[in-house]
Amino acid sequence: MSADASFKPKMLGIICNWCCYGGADLCGVSRFQYPTYIRLIRVMCSGRVDLKFIFRAFLTGQDAVFVGGCHINDCHYNPEGNYDAYSMVTLCRKLLEHIGINPKRLRIEWVSAGEGIRFAQIMNEYSREIQELGPLGSSEGIDEAEMKARLEEMARLIPYFKLAKMKELALHDHDEAAYARLFTTEEVERLIREAPSYYIDPEKCQACMTCARKCPVDAIISAKGQVHVIDQDKCIKCGTCLSACPPKFSAVTKLVGQPAPPPLPEGQRAVVRTSKEATA
Amino acid sequence: MEKEQVEQLCKSLTDRNFGDVMIVGGGISGIQAALDLGTAGFKVYFVEKSPTVGGKMAHLDKTFPTNDCSMCIESPKFVECKRHPNIEMITYAEVESVEGEAGDFTVTVVKKPRYIDESKCTGCTTCVEYCPVVYPDKFNQEISKNKAIHIYFAQAIPLVPYIDDSCLYLKEGKCQICIGVCQSKAIDFSQKPEKVEIRVGAIILSPGIEAYDPRAKEEYHYDNFANVVTGLEYERLLCATGPHEGEILRASDMRHPHNVAWIHCVGSRRVTPGDNSYCSAVCCTYTQKQVILTKDHDDGAHCTIFHNDIRSYGKDFERFYQRTENLPGIRFIRSYASIVREDPVTKNVTVRYTTPEGVKEEEFDMVVLSVGLVPPRNVEKIAQAFGIELNDHGFCKTGPANPLETTRPGIFVSGAFIGPMDIPEGVLGASGAGSMCGEILSYRRGNLSKARVYPPEKDVSQEEPRIGVYVCHCGANIGRIVNVPQTVQYSLTLPHVVHAEESLFICSTEAAAMLAKDIKERGLNRVIVAACTPRTHEPLFRDTLREAGINQYYYDMANIREHCSWVHSKEKEAATEKAEDIIRMSVARAHFLEPLQEFDLPVDKRAMVVGGGIAGMTAALSIAKQRHEVFLVEKEKELGGMAKRLHYTLEGLDVQAYVKDLIQQVYSNPMIHVYTGASIPETTGYVGNFTTTVQNGRGTSVIKHGATVLAIGADEYKPTEYLYGQDERVMTQLELEGRIAQGEEKIVSAESMVMIQCVGCRNEDRNYCSRICCSHAIKNALKLKEKNPQMEISILFRDMRTYRYFENYYRDASNKDVKFVRYEPENPPQVEAVVEEGRPVLRVTAADPILEKKLALDADFLILSVATIPAAESQEISNKFKVALGPDGFCQEAHVKLRPVDFAAEGIYLCGIAHYPKHISETIAQAYGAAGRALTLLANDTVVASGSVCSVNEKMCIACGACIPACTYGAVEFKETKQGKKASVIPVLCKGCGLCNSKCPTGAIQLKHYTDVELLNQIDAAGSKELVLGSAEAALAEA
Repeated sequence: MSADASFKPKMLGIICNWCCYGGADLCGVSRFQYPTYIRLIRVMCSGRVDLKFIFRAFLTGQDAVFVGGCHINDCHYNPEGNYDAYSMVTLCRKLLEHIGINPKRLRIEWVSAGEGIRFAQIMNEYSREIQELGPLGSSEGIDEAEMKARLEEMARLIPYFKLAKMKELALHDHDEAAYARLFTTEEVERLIREAPSYYIDPEKCQACMTCARKCPVDAIISAKGQVHVIDQDKCIKCGTCLSACPPKFSAVTKLVGQPAPPPLPEGQRAVVRTSKEATA
Repeated sequence: MEKEQVEQLCKSLTDRNFGDVMIVGGGISGIQAALDLGTAGFKVYFVEKSPTVGGKMAHLDKTFPTNDCSMCIESPKFVECKRHPNIEMITYAEVESVEGEAGDFTVTVVKKPRYIDESKCTGCTTCVEYCPVVYPDKFNQEISKNKAIHIYFAQAIPLVPYIDDSCLYLKEGKCQICIGVCQSKAIDFSQKPEKVEIRVGAIILSPGIEAYDPRAKEEYHYDNFANVVTGLEYERLLCATGPHEGEILRASDMRHPHNVAWIHCVGSRRVTPGDNSYCSAVCCTYTQKQVILTKDHDDGAHCTIFHNDIRSYGKDFERFYQRTENLPGIRFIRSYASIVREDPVTKNVTVRYTTPEGVKEEEFDMVVLSVGLVPPRNVEKIAQAFGIELNDHGFCKTGPANPLETTRPGIFVSGAFIGPMDIPEGVLGASGAGSMCGEILSYRRGNLSKARVYPPEKDVSQEEPRIGVYVCHCGANIGRIVNVPQTVQYSLTLPHVVHAEESLFICSTEAAAMLAKDIKERGLNRVIVAACTPRTHEPLFRDTLREAGINQYYYDMANIREHCSWVHSKEKEAATEKAEDIIRMSVARAHFLEPLQEFDLPVDKRAMVVGGGIAGMTAALSIAKQRHEVFLVEKEKELGGMAKRLHYTLEGLDVQAYVKDLIQQVYSNPMIHVYTGASIPETTGYVGNFTTTVQNGRGTSVIKHGATVLAIGADEYKPTEYLYGQDERVMTQLELEGRIAQGEEKIVSAESMVMIQCVGCRNEDRNYCSRICCSHAIKNALKLKEKNPQMEISILFRDMRTYRYFENYYRDASNKDVKFVRYEPENPPQVEAVVEEGRPVLRVTAADPILEKKLALDADFLILSVATIPAAESQEISNKFKVALGPDGFCQEAHVKLRPVDFAAEGIYLCGIAHYPKHISETIAQAYGAAGRALTLLANDTVVASGSVCSVNEKMCIACGACIPACTYGAVEFKETKQGKKASVIPVLCKGCGLCNSKCPTGAIQLKHYTDVELLNQIDAAGSKELVLGSAEAALAEA
């Protein structure tokens, strides 16, 4: 790919206070220069960087994102959050790859507070790489609307990824090779393919509102005497409704590999009481 | 009983003129001592002779080896001192006499008249504007002019003008214009010198140094050549607040010099009249700093440095030297240089110097004299007033072991009054002297101390955000690159920004006062300071918010210096655009900030010291003497560390006797528990509350402690070069020292010895100087000469780095006929074992760069001055205690200049050669320093924990359990609620890393101050110039 010298990528770094931010400070103090199109956000630990931050950054026009933490085993915090950041980035790169985005657009780097020069080197080298790669989307051959749709689709699945890959995302392995094996392409594809949908069977729902009360994100449209409906855009696929629905109703079903049927139109959601039916 | 008496005395005196410690000298060392002691529960009187605190550091543009802005890092400490409830500042005052003894001194202080009533003055400076008298500005080394009435410098504390002797009224009884223009009626010509008596228990003397005055040596033509300046004057020229606003201009024609020369060792390292015999220790590196800054100002500049050895002996100095050397247009020339003439027309200056080809003359636009450091001007008077003795050089006389003790008990010394030193040594010595005061006064600690009182906090959480943005010029550090007025205009276009303005130095007291006023008067409820890094300045501004009565977490910092102007110094427009983006991101975040409450954590009063060498033992003893229990853990079977292999020092200390005594003291102190042959399998906890498992032959102990001092020492490099290990006649300096001490006949009666310096360091593998080896070699050479004057000793060196007083011993060795032969790293000496006329010798061949020929030296023994390397277990210790190591593997302090014995991790301190190679006296000073810092924590019952902790929105929690294992602090647990099992946070255990937050699928658990909403809005603002606040919430609801 030919580099367009006039292309100024947008790059965002989310970096930890104790090491990488200190490295960036020292870089400044030492007057090492790097391109102007890099913006930095401070967090206390690289482990604070959420999958959704990355997708949000790409959705708001960043061409590349990097996560900066302390060197492995040097994390300021006991739980060693940089391992968690590493797992998260590893998964995220696979997800980006899955939707056709070059995973090079997401990087994780370790920079200590004493490594001003290293920070500058990474910034210069990474920005060159992204400049050569070109703008997000067009250089991947994906148009803007399509790119946005794909990113949004992934962003919606984040809570599901976090639940399904809870163990992997918490991997702390001193062997770096373990991270390369952590999420295989096949696994990630299966993960996405098998993303479930939850559906409330209007035939069975008794409008008891138990599921709606328990839904952590208020994704269940409910009212007294009205069949409940899951707002699929809001749903985070946690399955709380499935376990919340009283067994005698068993109105919630988990669908895998198929979309949830369209909800009943408003106005046709009056509950059909099973008990009353029996007496009638 | 004693305590009661003191308490009674305090009451009777109603704390007027009665304190615990007096600190004399308001430079950075004095400031550190005042802050440490004030925080450790002592009432401090802080006396400074000039109109403001700040000292020499305030005159510097930048500090080496990081080129941090000197005023920027120092001035927050001024504010801290001023705001400290236990520090009473008396500026423009001098000590006349000290009566009494340790524990009960009566100090007579004479306050000079400022002719300003400090209580009435608002610092508006109208008087300065109207004053008709213009006279040379002392702060700017008299290069530029100021008024007879003026404020010493913009960040001065107190921010009150003073009237100089040049005042017309004072001289001739005329004028008094200032009285007429002063609205506050603060001018008071009736003021007379005022004498006050203050009673204190201990005194720290930190009067600092002066720059050498080159007028003493006519050959520098300092007075008669316009373009010959001193290093300190050049420092002011470089500085944005300097005489020409950061433009380097020649005095003769106000033009920029493009070809500048520095002459080293002006006033140092010579025994001729008017010179000083010692090395001033800082000039090599400050010159390099000035060279780098000159190139920053003008990248085409040519810089030439005439030197006699580059003494890059400090931490990271070697890399700094290389950085300077590698700049284009830089020449380092090893030669004495003299100034011969000035061109009558161009006023250029000609320098004469010698090269291997002969004597040369060269013309420069400007010549900077790298002047050395000398004792304070009125040092005799100081000595007399305090009843202390001075050393041969006119600095403070101290013991051979402890450099912080003066000859009068109860009076301690810190800073460069001990002898020329750089800032970190001055700072750690201050903490150390503080610890020694604590040792004698711990019985009365806390009796006079007061807590800081803040105004009640106004609840603004229900108000619409009203954001104020303050963009700092930072002198020229930001303003020269970023168009500050433009960013201010831009800020005003952002939603909820109701006020924006620029400031020359937002960290000045004046600006802070203005900020506090704006909060009240303009009703600001969010404040953004666009300036430097939050890592250093956030606490200062948060405090300002508290003083103004709003929650300190309503503050955000936009780093447009370290992350913008300094890294894009060639791209003004792009940097301005970036600064706007950074401010926008900050506004996006600030909009969603929430008020948070901090809480107090208890402090365990015990300390753990890891490492039982001189450093560890000294720190342990000092802490124990201040009535805190100490657990001293040593990996070896015996205490003593590296010092067990040392026998004598250049200053004449009997090291073995000293160490033996120290061990004795440690074992006989009931407050110290010693664990030898011990290992540390585990340590957990946080500031004030650590739990460490210690294992040794006697079993396993789980120890709770509030502070930790790491004094884990270092190792001696085992050389692979120069036949070491193959030929038994090759040994290291330490091995030689042991054999000399044993009086081994073979050694002391040897005919000849050769020593090679810099073995294993100053190379690619170890890119640092081991600091101590030059003096170590000279020490052993002198010892051998003492025992056997006939012995031929040659030292093969690269640069002799005998800094400070060690220079005298270097001269001594040279006078005693020790040969010094320089070699270049490209051409290292060669060693072979040969038999010469029947005598087996080691033949050392070196290429002498001056004589330009090979030199063969036959020696009976070859001594290698080997590198000091980080201790083998330092990596393991660093991992366990969660503290950082620097690029060379030594312990990394929190701030090179101002926090030299703290780790970035709170509650953990460092000292000794684990930090960097150093001499015994330096180790002792640093160990006291670590103890002093530990006491600032241990002396308090509680430590304030951040309000930035996690909390759970129970409605959103689905009890998936992802957060619980993520937190190894045990801060997250399940609890049963009416709605079932929910995660719950124990705030005092939460350390605010936010790991649980990013694991949570629903966003139920949020790290306050770094919530999803705050960060997502910041990300949005980074992506788009259009700031739509709250668009992230929609996304959040989706996600």
